[in-house]
Amino acid sequence: MFEISSTSIEEYKNKSFVTPECGGVVTFEGRVRNHNEGQSVESLEYEVYDVLALKEGEKILKETKGKFDILDAFCVHRVGHLQIGDLAVWIAVTSKHRRDAFRACEFIIDEVKKTVPIWKKEHYADKSIDSKWVFCEEDHRH
Amino acid sequence: MKINIKYFASLREQANKSEEIIETTYAKPSEIYNELKKKYNFSLELNELKVAVNDCYEDFNYEMKEMDTLVYIPPVAGG
Repeated sequence: MFEISSTSIEEYKNKSFVTPECGGVVTFEGRVRNHNEGQSVESLEYEVYDVLALKEGEKILKETKGKFDILDAFCVHRVGHLQIGDLAVWIAVTSKHRRDAFRACEFIIDEVKKTVPIWKKEHYADKSIDSKWVFCEEDHRH
Repeated sequence: MKINIKYFASLREQANKSEEIIETTYAKPSEIYNELKKKYNFSLELNELKVAVNDCYEDFNYEMKEMDTLVYIPPVAGG
């Protein structure tokens, strides 16, 4: 399942996806860091096109289950104005064996960054620098 | 033809609105974007965007119909 949340997603870390056939659980936490490309970052503002984001997110999880030998996959993405250290995205993958869970978890975060309509604006500690919408340079031209 | 347009991120800021209904003589998202780019002085070029119609990704040659909802997707940055 793919979810979007406008409030803290820390509590998702307590969720258990473990079933009797599960031999491994891999989770990923994406957090707001205090720097990007040489600039000191003060906070991040995430914006979402929610209907399409939920559709695309579910599509990624479905594709992940077809591509890797895993039992289940879950992803939640936070939106709104986040501070340094805040949890922005959390992913959990369960599998019988560890290797596919690691690969699937990395695949999910890579795909979320590429196709889910979520944007982020960086606000800088140096107020003489205008806040700006950022993106992964290598992925953004189609 | 009337088209419902939603704006996000940099496009929302440059248009200074999140949504509007426009009247256009064009039917393709590529043509409509060129019209809007001139109107709002959008900084993003067409080849930097994706497009969604009625909440599904489509291509820029999609034939729009009356009151379809059109969204131009600036480069995404989740995670």
